[in-house]
Amino acid sequence: MAIFADSSTRVVVQGITGRDGSFHSAQMLEYGTKIAAGVTPGKGGQKFDGKVPIFDTVEEAVRKEGATASVIYVPAAFAASAICEAADSGVKLIVCITEGIPVLDMLRTTRYVADQGARLIGPNCPGMISPGQAKLGIIPGQIVEPGPIGVVSRSGTLTYEVVWALTREGFGQSSCIGIGGDPVIGTNFIDCLDAFEQDPQTEAIVLIGEIGGADEQNAARHIREHLSKPVVGFVAGRTAPPGRRMGHAGAIISGSQGTAAEKIATFRDNGVEVAERPVDVPAIVSKELNV
Amino acid sequence: MNIHEFQAKEIFRQHGIPVPPGEVATTAEQAEKIAAKLGTKVVVKAQVHAGGRGKAGGVKLAATPAEAKEAASKILGMQIKGLTVARVLVTPAEEIEHEAYVGAIVDRASGTVVLMASPEGGIDIEEVAAKTPELIFKEHVDPRYGLLPHQASRLAHKLYPGDPGRARQAADIIRKLYASMVDAGASLIEINPLITTPSGELQAIDAKVNIDDNELSRREEIAALRDIESEAPAEVEARSKGLTYIKLEGNVGCCVNGAGLAMATMDLVKHYGGEPANFLDIGGSSSPEKVVTALRIIMADPAVKSILFNIFGGITRCDDVANGIVEASKGIELKVPITIRLTGTNEQQAVRILEGAGFSAMTDMDEAVRKAVELAGN
Repeated sequence: MAIFADSSTRVVVQGITGRDGSFHSAQMLEYGTKIAAGVTPGKGGQKFDGKVPIFDTVEEAVRKEGATASVIYVPAAFAASAICEAADSGVKLIVCITEGIPVLDMLRTTRYVADQGARLIGPNCPGMISPGQAKLGIIPGQIVEPGPIGVVSRSGTLTYEVVWALTREGFGQSSCIGIGGDPVIGTNFIDCLDAFEQDPQTEAIVLIGEIGGADEQNAARHIREHLSKPVVGFVAGRTAPPGRRMGHAGAIISGSQGTAAEKIATFRDNGVEVAERPVDVPAIVSKELNV
Repeated sequence: MNIHEFQAKEIFRQHGIPVPPGEVATTAEQAEKIAAKLGTKVVVKAQVHAGGRGKAGGVKLAATPAEAKEAASKILGMQIKGLTVARVLVTPAEEIEHEAYVGAIVDRASGTVVLMASPEGGIDIEEVAAKTPELIFKEHVDPRYGLLPHQASRLAHKLYPGDPGRARQAADIIRKLYASMVDAGASLIEINPLITTPSGELQAIDAKVNIDDNELSRREEIAALRDIESEAPAEVEARSKGLTYIKLEGNVGCCVNGAGLAMATMDLVKHYGGEPANFLDIGGSSSPEKVVTALRIIMADPAVKSILFNIFGGITRCDDVANGIVEASKGIELKVPITIRLTGTNEQQAVRILEGAGFSAMTDMDEAVRKAVELAGN
């Protein structure tokens, strides 16, 4: 088991012929992901890597190749539309890697996706990987191993750092989900926590947050009320100054809201242990699992 | 991106929100002329990207053009929160019967734009929210339909209960404020205060608009409002090269790939007793050129006593970063020690490249941070 995507997931890559799209599609194929189709408007009829059929529209990819999930690498100017097209075509899982979509567009887009009954991961995220089964996005395949830990994070390379530390200490992962660094995203921490709670493979969850917004604080309260599995937290940005956007569009302390100190305190108040350093995460996981 | 009050007011004016007249001056003489033209008592207001301008002495009343000249000469060149005032707005001093607040922000939790209004205007809305939250009225805008007229009307009647004349004006302003937000691509837009004049007219006498950076590529006229002189030159250069750089107060220069890891690295520097000199994210697919630029920007900060590279190779190839470091070291004199940590994609090639050029590299993050802090003399 895993969450959101597994070995049965049939992926369509939107933007498969672009620079990023083609590079990462090759990596996804190499990892064993079932890429059913690619979409680049105007390039329908061609093939990617000599074998993956390319269509002009997602609707064709779903109808002819049975795609059930989409990974989006199209440029920011077209990405919100690509997300809506995927949702409208009946794709149930949409992973948008693209960074730079205006937030006002995302308000409409997340609502549209929800109305179609689909799930969006991202945008501005590394995507997700269910080790040994499927990689939808850009998380390096060589740092993960199948195992009992669910990982959910707002960041990219910081996630790799923590996942790699877990793998080195013998803690493989059920799924690793990068939910994205934008202020308005599709799937949030609580959605992932609930999915990991239901997933029989997952025994403990690692949640990696950062400054900005209140998603971590809401997750902390949700954990106490609804989760039986142990959760280990980490929050980046203790040294971040207020009012500055720290790389991610959503990583900003507004007034006195959204500081790392506030988030860490809320986790601890709700019984969630928070690691001081990324390298401390595996030891806390080990303690929580009594292994 | 922040824009100045006078630019925000121009956006308001274009959308029909009542704003007092006024012009911008860069010299005291210009301020005097504008005051004479307005022919009334004026306010001279510093135009900088900082809150609390009034408290800092950046807003002054002037009864005559001569006083306006004097006020402007005091404000121009003044430092407010580290920013030098290069411009002042000269605008009529309005008589104020009442001050309200009207604003709109993108609410992350609900995924909607939230319109807010409060009869407690003229002070920081966070303060109102903390002390008297019952005096902030809200309407969530469903992104599928946009702001519906009844929502603007409901908010306006809560703001001015029993006063249909002002409520009608306020509803019109609220609709236009929302339209301004959407047209400008703003993530926050505020009128604070929205004043009532003795004759019962509403006017926006201060304006704040934050533009979503992701909107700039499709809104040239808004992007053109950027005031580069009001930003740190190193941050401007970094942005033009696709890097994100934010200067901080410490002495350990940090160069990291990825925003989350960059923040975690700064936190570790602090954890081991040092202070980070900056946030710097070289981004995902970093070419050697980006690394050269990054190193140059960090070295230009005289406070930096030690430089730390922390690279987790995924998409970023460690050998690209190594080549960048070697290339940069040929062009600029390295005055401070560099500690390099890299792991992941092409790690072995990177170590060979660096060792060939006389650098050493490590793979453990904590070890590298400790060493960089130590080398900075902390």
